[in-house]
Amino acid sequence: MTAPVIGVLALQGDVREHLAALAAVGADARPVRRPGELDAVDGLVIPGGESTTISKLVDIFELREPIDKRIAGGMPVYGSCAGMIMLAAEVLDGRPDQRGFAGIEMTVRRNAFGRQVDSFEAAVEINGVPGEPFHAVFIRAPWVERVGAGVEVIGTVTGGPAADRIVAVRQGNLLATSFHPELTGDLRVHAYFAELVRAA
Amino acid sequence: MPETTAPTTGTTPVVGTARVKRGMAEMLKGGVIMDVVNAEQAKIAEDAGAVAVMALERVPADIRAQGGVSRMSDPDMIDGIIEAVSIPVMAKARIGHFVEAQILQSLGVDYVDESEVLTPADYANHIDKWAFTVPFVCGATNLGEALRRITEGAAMIRSKGEAGTGDVSNATTHMRKIRQEIRRLSSLPADELYVAAKELQAPYELVKEVAESGRLPVVLFTAGGIATPADAAMMMQLGAEGVFVGSGIFKAGNPAQRAAAIVKATTFHDDPDVLAKVSRGLGEAMVGINVDEIPQPHRLAERGW
Repeated sequence: MTAPVIGVLALQGDVREHLAALAAVGADARPVRRPGELDAVDGLVIPGGESTTISKLVDIFELREPIDKRIAGGMPVYGSCAGMIMLAAEVLDGRPDQRGFAGIEMTVRRNAFGRQVDSFEAAVEINGVPGEPFHAVFIRAPWVERVGAGVEVIGTVTGGPAADRIVAVRQGNLLATSFHPELTGDLRVHAYFAELVRAA
Repeated sequence: MPETTAPTTGTTPVVGTARVKRGMAEMLKGGVIMDVVNAEQAKIAEDAGAVAVMALERVPADIRAQGGVSRMSDPDMIDGIIEAVSIPVMAKARIGHFVEAQILQSLGVDYVDESEVLTPADYANHIDKWAFTVPFVCGATNLGEALRRITEGAAMIRSKGEAGTGDVSNATTHMRKIRQEIRRLSSLPADELYVAAKELQAPYELVKEVAESGRLPVVLFTAGGIATPADAAMMMQLGAEGVFVGSGIFKAGNPAQRAAAIVKATTFHDDPDVLAKVSRGLGEAMVGINVDEIPQPHRLAERGW
Protein backbone atom coordinates (compact mmCIF):
# COMPACT_ATOMS: atom_id res chain seq x y z
CA MET A 1 0.00 0.00 0.00
CA THR A 2 1.48 3.37 -0.97
CA ALA A 3 1.58 6.18 1.56
CA PRO A 4 -1.22 8.75 1.20
CA VAL A 5 0.08 12.20 0.23
CA ILE A 6 -1.17 14.66 2.84
CA GLY A 7 -0.49 18.39 2.68
CA VAL A 8 -0.30 20.84 5.55
CA LEU A 9 -1.43 24.38 4.73
CA ALA A 10 1.83 26.18 5.45
CA LEU A 11 0.94 29.88 5.42
CA GLN A 12 1.31 30.34 9.20
CA GLY A 13 1.06 28.28 12.38
CA ASP A 14 2.36 25.00 13.81
CA VAL A 15 3.04 23.43 10.43
CA ARG A 16 6.15 21.50 11.47
CA GLU A 17 4.34 19.61 14.26
CA HIS A 18 1.59 18.45 11.87
CA LEU A 19 4.12 17.40 9.23
CA ALA A 20 5.99 15.37 11.86
CA ALA A 21 2.80 13.73 13.19
CA LEU A 22 1.65 12.82 9.66
CA ALA A 23 5.04 11.38 8.74
CA ALA A 24 4.99 9.35 11.97
CA VAL A 25 1.71 7.67 10.96
CA GLY A 26 3.13 6.72 7.57
CA ALA A 27 1.86 9.54 5.35
CA ASP A 28 3.90 11.36 2.71
CA ALA A 29 3.56 14.78 4.37
CA ARG A 30 4.22 18.00 2.46
CA PRO A 31 3.80 21.72 3.08
CA VAL A 32 1.27 23.45 0.81
CA ARG A 33 1.60 27.18 0.03
CA ARG A 34 0.74 27.28 -3.69
CA PRO A 35 -2.17 26.03 -5.82
CA GLY A 36 0.21 23.68 -7.68
CA GLU A 37 1.26 22.04 -4.41
CA LEU A 38 -2.40 21.55 -3.49
CA ASP A 39 -2.98 19.61 -6.73
CA ALA A 40 -0.43 17.01 -5.64
CA VAL A 41 -2.05 16.04 -2.31
CA ASP A 42 -4.81 13.55 -1.45
CA GLY A 43 -5.75 15.23 1.83
CA LEU A 44 -5.04 18.50 3.64
CA VAL A 45 -4.43 19.56 7.24
CA ILE A 46 -5.14 23.14 8.30
CA PRO A 47 -2.86 23.72 11.31
CA GLY A 48 -3.19 25.69 14.50
CA GLY A 49 -2.26 29.33 14.15
CA GLU A 50 -3.98 32.69 13.97
CA SER A 51 -7.17 32.19 11.95
CA THR A 52 -7.50 35.85 10.90
CA THR A 53 -3.96 35.79 9.49
CA ILE A 54 -4.44 32.44 7.72
CA SER A 55 -7.75 33.65 6.23
CA LYS A 56 -6.04 36.74 4.79
CA LEU A 57 -3.09 34.80 3.39
CA VAL A 58 -5.41 32.24 1.78
CA ASP A 59 -6.97 35.09 -0.23
CA ILE A 60 -3.72 36.91 -0.99
CA PHE A 61 -2.00 33.79 -2.28
CA GLU A 62 -5.09 32.62 -4.22
CA LEU A 63 -5.73 29.37 -2.43
CA ARG A 64 -9.37 29.88 -1.48
CA GLU A 65 -11.02 28.80 -4.70
CA PRO A 66 -8.75 25.80 -5.30
CA ILE A 67 -9.26 24.52 -1.74
CA ASP A 68 -13.05 25.05 -1.91
CA LYS A 69 -13.07 23.10 -5.18
CA ARG A 70 -11.09 20.22 -3.72
CA ILE A 71 -13.38 20.10 -0.67
CA ALA A 72 -16.41 20.01 -2.98
CA GLY A 73 -14.69 17.17 -4.82
CA GLY A 74 -14.44 15.13 -1.61
CA MET A 75 -10.83 15.76 -0.51
CA PRO A 76 -10.46 14.90 3.20
CA VAL A 77 -9.48 17.89 5.36
CA TYR A 78 -8.56 18.00 9.04
CA GLY A 79 -8.39 21.30 10.94
CA SER A 80 -7.03 21.82 14.47
CA CYS A 81 -7.96 24.98 16.41
CA ALA A 82 -7.51 27.77 13.81
CA GLY A 83 -8.06 24.99 11.27
CA MET A 84 -11.42 24.22 12.87
CA ILE A 85 -12.36 27.89 12.50
CA MET A 86 -11.28 27.80 8.84
CA LEU A 87 -13.59 24.80 8.27
CA ALA A 88 -16.66 26.36 9.91
CA ALA A 89 -19.63 27.61 7.89
CA GLU A 90 -20.19 30.30 10.52
CA VAL A 91 -17.74 31.99 12.95
CA LEU A 92 -18.74 34.03 16.02
CA ASP A 93 -16.34 36.60 17.56
CA GLY A 94 -14.22 36.62 14.43
CA ARG A 95 -13.29 39.57 12.26
CA PRO A 96 -16.06 40.67 9.88
CA ASP A 97 -13.83 40.01 6.86
CA GLN A 98 -12.74 36.60 8.13
CA ARG A 99 -13.88 33.72 5.92
CA GLY A 100 -13.49 29.98 6.12
CA PHE A 101 -13.77 27.37 3.43
CA ALA A 102 -17.05 25.87 2.31
CA GLY A 103 -16.61 23.22 4.97
CA ILE A 104 -18.49 21.84 7.96
CA GLU A 105 -22.10 22.89 8.63
CA MET A 106 -21.41 24.30 12.09
CA THR A 107 -21.13 27.52 14.10
CA VAL A 108 -17.83 27.99 15.91
CA ARG A 109 -17.02 30.58 18.57
CA ARG A 110 -13.48 31.92 18.32
CA ASN A 111 -11.39 32.20 21.54
CA ALA A 112 -14.46 30.72 23.28
CA PHE A 113 -12.63 29.44 26.37
CA GLY A 114 -11.05 32.86 26.99
CA ARG A 115 -7.62 34.44 26.65
CA GLN A 116 -4.22 32.75 26.96
CA VAL A 117 -4.32 32.72 30.80
CA ASP A 118 -7.42 30.50 30.42
CA SER A 119 -5.72 28.08 28.00
CA PHE A 120 -5.75 24.58 29.49
CA GLU A 121 -5.14 20.84 29.25
CA ALA A 122 -8.02 18.40 29.81
CA ALA A 123 -9.20 14.91 28.94
CA VAL A 124 -11.38 14.38 25.86
CA GLU A 125 -12.90 11.15 24.55
CA ILE A 126 -13.33 10.80 20.80
CA ASN A 127 -15.89 8.42 19.29
CA GLY A 128 -14.28 6.17 16.73
CA VAL A 129 -10.82 6.48 18.31
CA PRO A 130 -10.26 3.61 20.74
CA GLY A 131 -8.11 3.66 23.87
CA GLU A 132 -7.49 6.11 26.69
CA PRO A 133 -9.15 9.54 26.60
CA PHE A 134 -7.07 12.16 24.76
CA HIS A 135 -4.90 14.42 26.79
CA ALA A 136 -6.01 17.53 24.91
CA VAL A 137 -4.23 20.90 24.78
CA PHE A 138 -6.49 23.93 24.26
CA ILE A 139 -4.82 27.25 23.36
CA ARG A 140 -7.11 30.27 22.99
CA ALA A 141 -9.32 27.58 21.55
CA PRO A 142 -12.70 27.74 19.82
CA TRP A 143 -15.69 25.54 20.61
CA VAL A 144 -18.61 24.43 18.46
CA GLU A 145 -21.93 26.07 19.34
CA ARG A 146 -24.21 24.56 16.71
CA VAL A 147 -23.97 21.66 14.32
CA GLY A 148 -26.03 21.01 11.19
CA ALA A 149 -27.86 17.79 10.35
CA GLY A 150 -24.97 16.00 8.64
CA VAL A 151 -22.42 16.75 11.34
CA GLU A 152 -21.38 14.12 13.84
CA VAL A 153 -20.21 15.32 17.27
CA ILE A 154 -17.30 13.03 18.11
CA GLY A 155 -15.71 14.73 21.12
CA THR A 156 -16.68 16.83 24.14
CA VAL A 157 -14.79 18.09 27.21
CA THR A 158 -15.31 15.65 30.07
CA GLY A 159 -14.93 17.83 33.18
CA GLY A 160 -14.41 21.28 34.66
CA PRO A 161 -16.18 24.55 33.84
CA ALA A 162 -16.19 23.77 30.11
CA ALA A 163 -17.71 20.29 30.55
CA ASP A 164 -19.79 19.02 27.61
CA ARG A 165 -18.57 21.70 25.20
CA ILE A 166 -18.22 20.27 21.69
CA VAL A 167 -14.56 20.15 20.70
CA ALA A 168 -14.39 17.53 17.92
CA VAL A 169 -16.68 17.00 14.92
CA ARG A 170 -16.79 15.14 11.65
CA GLN A 171 -18.86 15.70 8.52
CA GLY A 172 -18.10 13.16 5.81
CA ASN A 173 -14.43 13.57 4.94
CA LEU A 174 -14.01 16.73 7.01
CA LEU A 175 -12.65 16.50 10.55
CA ALA A 176 -12.07 19.29 13.10
CA THR A 177 -10.80 19.54 16.68
CA SER A 178 -10.57 22.57 19.00
CA PHE A 179 -7.41 21.15 20.51
CA HIS A 180 -3.90 20.31 19.27
CA PRO A 181 -3.05 16.60 19.09
CA GLU A 182 0.05 17.64 17.13
CA LEU A 183 1.54 19.08 20.35
CA THR A 184 1.22 16.00 22.53
CA GLY A 185 2.84 13.17 20.60
CA ASP A 186 -0.47 11.25 20.69
CA LEU A 187 -0.77 10.21 17.05
CA ARG A 188 -4.29 8.72 17.12
CA VAL A 189 -6.08 11.66 15.50
CA HIS A 190 -3.51 11.85 12.71
CA ALA A 191 -3.72 8.08 12.21
CA TYR A 192 -7.53 8.35 12.05
CA PHE A 193 -7.24 11.14 9.47
CA ALA A 194 -4.63 9.29 7.40
CA GLU A 195 -7.05 6.32 7.32
CA LEU A 196 -9.79 8.67 6.08
CA VAL A 197 -7.48 9.88 3.29
CA ARG A 198 -6.56 6.29 2.33
CA ALA A 199 -10.22 5.34 2.10
CA ALA A 200 -11.29 8.42 0.11
CA MET B 1 14.27 22.87 35.81
CA PRO B 2 10.83 22.96 37.48
CA GLU B 3 8.36 20.73 35.72
CA THR B 4 4.97 22.38 35.47
CA THR B 5 3.34 20.00 33.03
CA ALA B 6 0.32 18.58 34.75
CA PRO B 7 -0.37 14.88 35.15
CA THR B 8 -2.37 13.52 32.25
CA THR B 9 -4.94 11.70 34.30
CA GLY B 10 -8.15 13.01 35.81
CA THR B 11 -10.80 15.21 34.31
CA THR B 12 -10.01 18.54 35.93
CA PRO B 13 -8.68 21.01 33.36
CA VAL B 14 -5.33 22.64 34.25
CA VAL B 15 -4.17 26.10 33.15
CA GLY B 16 -0.71 27.65 32.89
CA THR B 17 1.25 24.47 32.11
CA ALA B 18 4.57 24.63 30.27
CA ARG B 19 2.91 22.89 27.33
CA VAL B 20 0.11 25.44 27.10
CA LYS B 21 2.61 28.34 27.40
CA ARG B 22 5.07 26.99 24.85
CA GLY B 23 2.23 25.79 22.62
CA MET B 24 0.87 29.35 22.38
CA ALA B 25 4.18 30.40 20.80
CA GLU B 26 4.00 27.44 18.39
CA MET B 27 0.73 28.91 17.08
CA LEU B 28 2.46 32.22 16.28
CA LYS B 29 5.11 30.60 14.07
CA GLY B 30 5.52 31.93 10.56
CA GLY B 31 3.83 35.12 11.70
CA VAL B 32 4.65 38.76 12.42
CA ILE B 33 4.14 40.43 15.81
CA MET B 34 3.96 44.21 15.61
CA ASP B 35 4.73 46.91 18.20
CA VAL B 36 1.78 49.26 18.73
CA VAL B 37 1.28 52.18 21.11
CA ASN B 38 -2.50 52.65 20.79
CA ALA B 39 -5.73 50.98 19.65
CA GLU B 40 -5.63 52.61 16.24
CA GLN B 41 -2.20 51.17 15.45
CA ALA B 42 -3.33 47.78 16.80
CA LYS B 43 -6.20 47.77 14.29
CA ILE B 44 -3.84 48.62 11.43
CA ALA B 45 -1.60 45.73 12.51
CA GLU B 46 -4.52 43.28 12.71
CA ASP B 47 -5.83 44.44 9.32
CA ALA B 48 -2.39 43.79 7.85
CA GLY B 49 -2.40 40.18 9.06
CA ALA B 50 -0.30 40.39 12.25
CA VAL B 51 -0.53 37.22 14.39
CA ALA B 52 -0.30 39.33 17.56
CA VAL B 53 0.44 42.87 18.70
CA MET B 54 2.91 44.08 21.32
CA ALA B 55 1.62 46.93 23.45
CA LEU B 56 4.18 49.44 24.72
CA GLU B 57 4.13 53.10 25.70
CA ARG B 58 6.64 54.25 23.08
CA VAL B 59 8.23 52.39 20.18
CA PRO B 60 11.96 51.76 20.70
CA ALA B 61 12.98 54.53 18.25
CA ASP B 62 11.15 57.08 20.43
CA ILE B 63 12.51 55.62 23.66
CA ARG B 64 15.95 56.06 22.15
CA ALA B 65 15.28 59.62 20.98
CA GLN B 66 13.52 60.84 24.12
CA GLY B 67 15.53 59.03 26.78
CA GLY B 68 14.32 58.82 30.38
CA VAL B 69 13.07 55.74 32.22
CA SER B 70 10.86 53.53 30.13
CA ARG B 71 8.22 51.41 31.89
CA MET B 72 5.22 49.14 31.40
CA SER B 73 2.33 50.79 29.52
CA ASP B 74 -0.67 52.41 31.12
CA PRO B 75 -3.34 49.75 31.89
CA ASP B 76 -6.00 51.89 30.17
CA MET B 77 -3.96 51.84 26.99
CA ILE B 78 -3.54 48.06 27.21
CA ASP B 79 -7.28 47.59 27.85
CA GLY B 80 -7.99 49.76 24.82
CA ILE B 81 -5.82 47.55 22.64
CA ILE B 82 -7.32 44.33 24.03
CA GLU B 83 -10.78 45.76 23.23
CA ALA B 84 -9.78 46.87 19.74
CA VAL B 85 -8.42 43.60 18.32
CA SER B 86 -9.27 39.90 18.43
CA ILE B 87 -5.70 38.64 17.92
CA PRO B 88 -3.40 37.97 20.93
CA VAL B 89 -2.05 41.00 22.78
CA MET B 90 1.44 40.97 24.28
CA ALA B 91 2.90 43.66 26.52
CA LYS B 92 6.34 44.56 27.84
CA ALA B 93 7.50 44.50 31.45
CA ARG B 94 10.89 45.75 32.65
CA ILE B 95 13.60 43.12 33.22
CA GLY B 96 13.16 41.82 36.79
CA HIS B 97 9.98 43.84 37.43
CA PHE B 98 7.75 41.00 38.59
CA VAL B 99 5.00 43.35 39.77
CA GLU B 100 4.61 44.90 36.32
CA ALA B 101 4.27 41.30 35.10
CA GLN B 102 1.65 40.55 37.77
CA ILE B 103 -0.34 43.58 36.61
CA LEU B 104 -0.08 42.55 32.96
CA GLN B 105 -1.32 39.05 33.84
CA SER B 106 -4.22 40.57 35.75
CA LEU B 107 -5.13 42.67 32.69
CA GLY B 108 -5.48 39.48 30.62
CA VAL B 109 -2.47 40.05 28.39
CA ASP B 110 -1.68 36.89 26.36
CA TYR B 111 2.14 37.05 26.57
CA VAL B 112 4.57 39.17 28.60
CA ASP B 113 7.81 40.34 27.02
CA GLU B 114 10.44 40.80 29.73
CA SER B 115 12.22 43.34 27.61
CA GLU B 116 15.58 45.08 27.46
CA VAL B 117 13.85 47.83 25.47
CA LEU B 118 12.44 49.14 28.76
CA THR B 119 14.73 50.31 31.56
CA PRO B 120 15.74 47.30 33.70
CA ALA B 121 14.27 47.18 37.22
CA ASP B 122 16.76 44.63 38.56
CA TYR B 123 20.37 44.44 37.43
CA ALA B 124 20.91 40.98 38.93
CA ASN B 125 17.73 38.90 38.57
CA HIS B 126 15.20 38.31 35.86
CA ILE B 127 11.58 37.52 36.72
CA ASP B 128 10.80 34.00 38.01
CA LYS B 129 8.52 33.20 35.12
CA TRP B 130 7.43 29.78 36.42
CA ALA B 131 5.41 31.66 39.06
CA PHE B 132 2.98 32.98 36.41
CA THR B 133 0.04 31.59 34.43
CA VAL B 134 0.74 33.99 31.57
CA PRO B 135 3.65 32.91 29.32
CA PHE B 136 6.82 35.01 28.81
CA VAL B 137 9.04 35.80 25.85
CA CYS B 138 12.60 36.98 26.55
CA GLY B 139 15.43 38.33 24.42
CA ALA B 140 18.77 36.61 23.91
CA THR B 141 21.99 37.45 22.11
CA ASN B 142 23.47 33.96 22.38
CA LEU B 143 22.60 30.38 23.35
CA GLY B 144 23.68 30.64 27.00
CA GLU B 145 21.46 33.66 27.54
CA ALA B 146 18.54 31.90 25.81
CA LEU B 147 18.96 28.80 28.02
CA ARG B 148 19.16 30.88 31.21
CA ARG B 149 15.88 32.57 30.27
CA ILE B 150 14.28 29.18 29.53
CA THR B 151 15.52 27.93 32.90
CA GLU B 152 13.72 30.87 34.53
CA GLY B 153 10.53 29.83 32.70
CA ALA B 154 10.54 31.73 29.38
CA ALA B 155 8.22 29.92 26.92
CA MET B 156 9.53 31.72 23.84
CA ILE B 157 12.86 33.33 22.89
CA ARG B 158 13.59 36.16 20.50
CA SER B 159 16.92 37.44 19.30
CA LYS B 160 17.50 40.92 20.68
CA GLY B 161 18.93 42.81 17.75
CA GLU B 162 19.34 46.49 18.48
CA ALA B 163 15.79 47.80 18.88
CA GLY B 164 14.72 51.13 17.45
CA THR B 165 17.52 51.43 14.92
CA GLY B 166 16.20 49.96 11.69
CA ASP B 167 19.67 48.39 11.48
CA VAL B 168 19.30 44.63 11.14
CA SER B 169 22.97 43.77 11.68
CA ASN B 170 22.70 42.89 15.37
CA ALA B 171 19.66 40.67 14.82
CA THR B 172 21.69 38.88 12.15
CA THR B 173 24.59 38.42 14.55
CA HIS B 174 22.34 37.08 17.33
CA MET B 175 20.45 34.68 15.07
CA ARG B 176 23.66 33.34 13.55
CA LYS B 177 25.28 33.06 16.97
CA ILE B 178 22.40 31.12 18.55
CA ARG B 179 22.11 28.72 15.61
CA GLN B 180 25.88 28.29 15.41
CA GLU B 181 26.14 27.41 19.11
CA ILE B 182 23.30 24.88 18.76
CA ARG B 183 25.07 23.24 15.80
CA ARG B 184 28.28 23.11 17.81
CA LEU B 185 26.52 21.46 20.77
CA SER B 186 24.99 18.83 18.48
CA SER B 187 28.45 17.90 17.22
CA LEU B 188 29.96 17.36 20.68
CA PRO B 189 30.45 13.90 22.18
CA ALA B 190 28.31 13.28 25.27
CA ASP B 191 31.21 13.55 27.70
CA GLU B 192 32.00 17.11 26.56
CA LEU B 193 28.51 18.42 27.26
CA TYR B 194 29.29 18.92 30.97
CA VAL B 195 31.94 21.48 30.20
CA ALA B 196 29.77 22.97 27.47
CA ALA B 197 27.07 23.54 30.11
CA LYS B 198 29.61 25.22 32.35
CA GLU B 199 30.74 27.49 29.52
CA LEU B 200 27.19 28.35 28.51
CA GLN B 201 26.32 29.00 32.18
CA ALA B 202 23.18 26.92 31.69
CA PRO B 203 21.84 23.73 33.32
CA TYR B 204 23.32 20.49 32.01
CA GLU B 205 19.89 18.85 31.41
CA LEU B 206 18.80 21.68 29.15
CA VAL B 207 22.13 21.71 27.31
CA LYS B 208 21.82 17.96 26.72
CA GLU B 209 18.26 18.36 25.44
CA VAL B 210 19.36 21.02 22.92
CA ALA B 211 22.37 18.92 21.84
CA GLU B 212 20.11 15.93 21.15
CA SER B 213 17.23 17.73 19.42
CA GLY B 214 19.32 20.31 17.55
CA ARG B 215 16.94 23.09 18.50
CA LEU B 216 15.73 25.14 21.45
CA PRO B 217 12.89 23.53 23.41
CA VAL B 218 10.85 26.71 22.77
CA VAL B 219 10.03 28.76 19.69
CA LEU B 220 12.74 31.16 18.46
CA PHE B 221 11.65 34.47 16.89
CA THR B 222 13.80 37.38 15.78
CA ALA B 223 13.57 41.03 16.79
CA GLY B 224 15.45 44.28 16.69
CA GLY B 225 16.06 46.50 13.68
CA ILE B 226 13.77 44.76 11.17
CA ALA B 227 12.48 47.45 8.80
CA THR B 228 11.80 45.86 5.40
CA PRO B 229 10.23 42.71 3.91
CA ALA B 230 13.75 41.65 2.89
CA ASP B 231 14.98 42.01 6.51
CA ALA B 232 12.16 39.76 7.73
CA ALA B 233 12.79 37.18 5.00
CA MET B 234 16.53 37.10 5.73
CA MET B 235 15.87 36.42 9.41
CA MET B 236 13.52 33.57 8.46
CA GLN B 237 16.15 32.11 6.14
CA LEU B 238 18.64 32.34 9.01
CA GLY B 239 16.35 30.11 11.07
CA ALA B 240 13.95 32.45 12.88
CA GLU B 241 10.48 30.92 13.29
CA GLY B 242 8.75 34.29 13.15
CA VAL B 243 9.37 38.01 13.36
CA PHE B 244 8.82 40.89 15.78
CA VAL B 245 8.73 44.29 14.10
CA GLY B 246 8.99 47.31 16.36
CA SER B 247 9.62 50.82 15.12
CA GLY B 248 10.01 49.57 11.53
CA ILE B 249 6.30 49.80 10.76
CA PHE B 250 4.90 52.90 12.43
CA LYS B 251 8.08 54.95 11.84
CA ALA B 252 7.77 54.29 8.08
CA GLY B 253 5.98 56.30 5.41
CA ASN B 254 3.06 53.93 4.83
CA PRO B 255 2.59 51.67 7.88
CA ALA B 256 -0.42 49.66 6.64
CA GLN B 257 1.19 48.75 3.35
CA ARG B 258 4.59 48.00 4.88
CA ALA B 259 3.01 45.84 7.60
CA ALA B 260 1.10 43.78 5.03
CA ALA B 261 4.25 43.40 2.91
CA ILE B 262 6.29 42.12 5.87
CA VAL B 263 3.55 39.55 6.65
CA LYS B 264 3.67 38.23 3.08
CA ALA B 265 7.48 38.23 3.03
CA THR B 266 7.58 36.19 6.23
CA THR B 267 5.34 33.46 4.77
CA PHE B 268 7.20 33.33 1.42
CA HIS B 269 10.63 34.10 2.90
CA ASP B 270 12.30 31.60 0.57
CA ASP B 271 10.69 32.79 -2.69
CA PRO B 272 12.58 35.75 -4.23
CA ASP B 273 9.85 36.35 -6.84
CA VAL B 274 7.25 36.93 -4.14
CA LEU B 275 9.75 39.01 -2.13
CA ALA B 276 10.47 41.23 -5.15
CA LYS B 277 6.76 41.77 -5.70
CA VAL B 278 5.92 42.67 -2.09
CA SER B 279 8.95 44.97 -1.77
CA ARG B 280 7.62 47.38 -4.43
CA GLY B 281 5.93 50.72 -3.78
CA LEU B 282 6.24 50.79 -0.01
CA GLY B 283 7.42 54.40 0.25
CA GLU B 284 9.96 55.55 2.81
CA ALA B 285 11.39 53.01 5.24
CA MET B 286 12.26 54.29 8.70
CA VAL B 287 15.35 56.46 8.55
CA GLY B 288 17.38 54.37 10.98
CA ILE B 289 20.59 54.68 12.93
CA ASN B 290 23.72 52.59 12.42
CA VAL B 291 24.33 50.47 15.49
CA ASP B 292 28.03 51.38 15.35
CA GLU B 293 27.19 55.04 15.91
CA ILE B 294 25.36 54.34 19.17
CA PRO B 295 27.62 54.78 22.22
CA GLN B 296 28.06 51.54 24.16
CA PRO B 297 26.01 52.59 27.25
CA HIS B 298 22.99 53.28 25.03
CA ARG B 299 22.89 49.86 23.40
CA LEU B 300 19.77 48.00 24.48
CA ALA B 301 20.93 44.52 23.46
CA GLU B 302 23.53 44.59 26.21
CA ARG B 303 20.86 44.78 28.90
CA GLY B 304 20.07 41.35 30.37
CA TRP B 305 22.61 38.76 31.43
